[in-house]
Amino acid sequence: MTNVNVNSVAKTYGTTPVLTDISTDFPEGSFTSLLGPSGSGKTTLLRIIAGFIRPDEGIVSIGGRDVTHVPVWGRNIGMMFQSYALFPHMTIAQNVAFGLGRRGIHGAEARKQVDAALEMVHLPGFADRMPKQLSGGQQQRVALARAMVIKPSVLLLDEPLSALDRRLRQEMQVELLRIQRESGLTTIFVTHDQEEALTLSDKVAILDKGRIVQIGDPETVYEKPLTRFAAEFLGDSNFLKGKVESGAVRLADGTVVHAAGTLPADGAQATLAVRPEKMFVAKDPSPGNRLTARITTVIYAGQALSYILETADGMQVKLFAQNRDGNVLKQGETVVLGWSADHTVAVAD
Amino acid sequence: MTQLGRIYLLAILIFLYTPILVMMAMGFNESQLYELPFSFSTRWYVALMDNQQLLKAGMNSIIIAVITAVISTCLGTMASIALSRRTFRGKSLLQLLLLPPIAIPWLITGTAMLVFFYWSGIGRGMHALLIGHVALAIPYVVLVVGTGFSTIRADLEEAAMSLGSTPIHAFFAVTLPLLFPSILGAALFAFAVSLDQFVISYFLATPGYSTLPVQIYSAIRKGFTPEINAISTLLLLGSMAAILIFARFAKPGDVRDKR
Repeated sequence: MTNVNVNSVAKTYGTTPVLTDISTDFPEGSFTSLLGPSGSGKTTLLRIIAGFIRPDEGIVSIGGRDVTHVPVWGRNIGMMFQSYALFPHMTIAQNVAFGLGRRGIHGAEARKQVDAALEMVHLPGFADRMPKQLSGGQQQRVALARAMVIKPSVLLLDEPLSALDRRLRQEMQVELLRIQRESGLTTIFVTHDQEEALTLSDKVAILDKGRIVQIGDPETVYEKPLTRFAAEFLGDSNFLKGKVESGAVRLADGTVVHAAGTLPADGAQATLAVRPEKMFVAKDPSPGNRLTARITTVIYAGQALSYILETADGMQVKLFAQNRDGNVLKQGETVVLGWSADHTVAVAD
Repeated sequence: MTQLGRIYLLAILIFLYTPILVMMAMGFNESQLYELPFSFSTRWYVALMDNQQLLKAGMNSIIIAVITAVISTCLGTMASIALSRRTFRGKSLLQLLLLPPIAIPWLITGTAMLVFFYWSGIGRGMHALLIGHVALAIPYVVLVVGTGFSTIRADLEEAAMSLGSTPIHAFFAVTLPLLFPSILGAALFAFAVSLDQFVISYFLATPGYSTLPVQIYSAIRKGFTPEINAISTLLLLGSMAAILIFARFAKPGDVRDKR
């Protein structure tokens, strides 16, 4: 068992709390993304798990072993850094063999494992080159080989793909996912790129101000955000504010909106989140929610269309649509937006 | 534009090297009074071999410079490590205080040292010269090595630690090799500062123990021969060789991570 468990971990720098009471489990073989804006504490959490930072409180265990007081070099972790962090004065082979040397593996055996690792990242024959002779993407692969060759208990990735250009990044995502699946290694991935988090991971943790606001599989976190922050940070969202009335929410302009899941008690204020792509322009009466609004901005991007609309009482609503028939709505038009109650979730502010 | 640039560069090189070349040439001139026409002779080099005072001073200069380079590079590098990799109270004050000695006129530093060494019983002589030169060279070493440090990313050591290195192993396996060109450069700098040093050496030398600049200065006052040109030429060739070897080995900026 090489799961990673974090229990009531807290860290404060001076008087600024960076992490507050973080408890979560990263199951064996899972790929979890820590997603959050800068300053949310995601990197601090990763560095606490790695052992670079000692938490003020709480326990970190890897594979059931309490490593809270074990330094980095005793934790058997594989780590990838944003800057690749290859040793510039060593050849690719020496870089990859570094961790093996620390484990007493030298000579022919080390050479064999290095070759296998370079094979795994599709860089055979690069052993004798120097890091600066490689492109950014290739350096990143070497960094991955170097982290994997020591057979770590857990793979920690600190925004390793953010320095690559878009095409290379997508290529590396596929590669990373393949290697992670093949090795079955528990992986924790820090990123601020929500798309990357959704495509790569089987679990997404959203952090805000030193807390995990929501953790779950990507679909649940995206479709059923618990807080306004989670809905806003992961994807785009419309927020409808109103008062709860007999199991539905009445907006300021009188529109009644039905939602899935439980709502606060009658009479309480509620915020509903609706994804802009879940809305559509309702032509004929159909079941579901309705909202009348006027188009204020049209953003034409070829295959995708974005509209910004405004209701009679000045609330802004976004609508994303596919350009299916080439009919673009005009600015100033007043339309009726429709969407399903299933796509309406009450979120905490 | 490039043509103009080349001419400009040439002008600078001529300006820098003409006096030195003239000085070297005169060491091979027969005339004692630097008279022209030039007639080639090695008599001043032969004479130099018998001039024990000059030779001994030259030897002293080199010995002091080498020891100064070794000691100040060790101390300065350690200070540099602390200043760039650790946080401690008063760090920024210390960093700030390292710089003024470079700007303080040597005459003032020299006077201060003379007075302090006299008062504290350290006195004058070789040991006093060494202390003075090391003190002078350390700020340069800290500056040069510190600049080298800033080009080495801290996450390289972290990467080493994640692979199983203790901090000490990470330092020796990763940081030190990357820092080596800077340390070598700093040592050379310290060597040059010491070899060049006149004012402080003049104050701290004793009649029986002096360095080449001090010896040359007193020789000039007494009337001198081109033997001085001869020993200066030898010294110059020695330093040039050291710098060229350094440039060959260090290939500045080559092994470092420039990203």
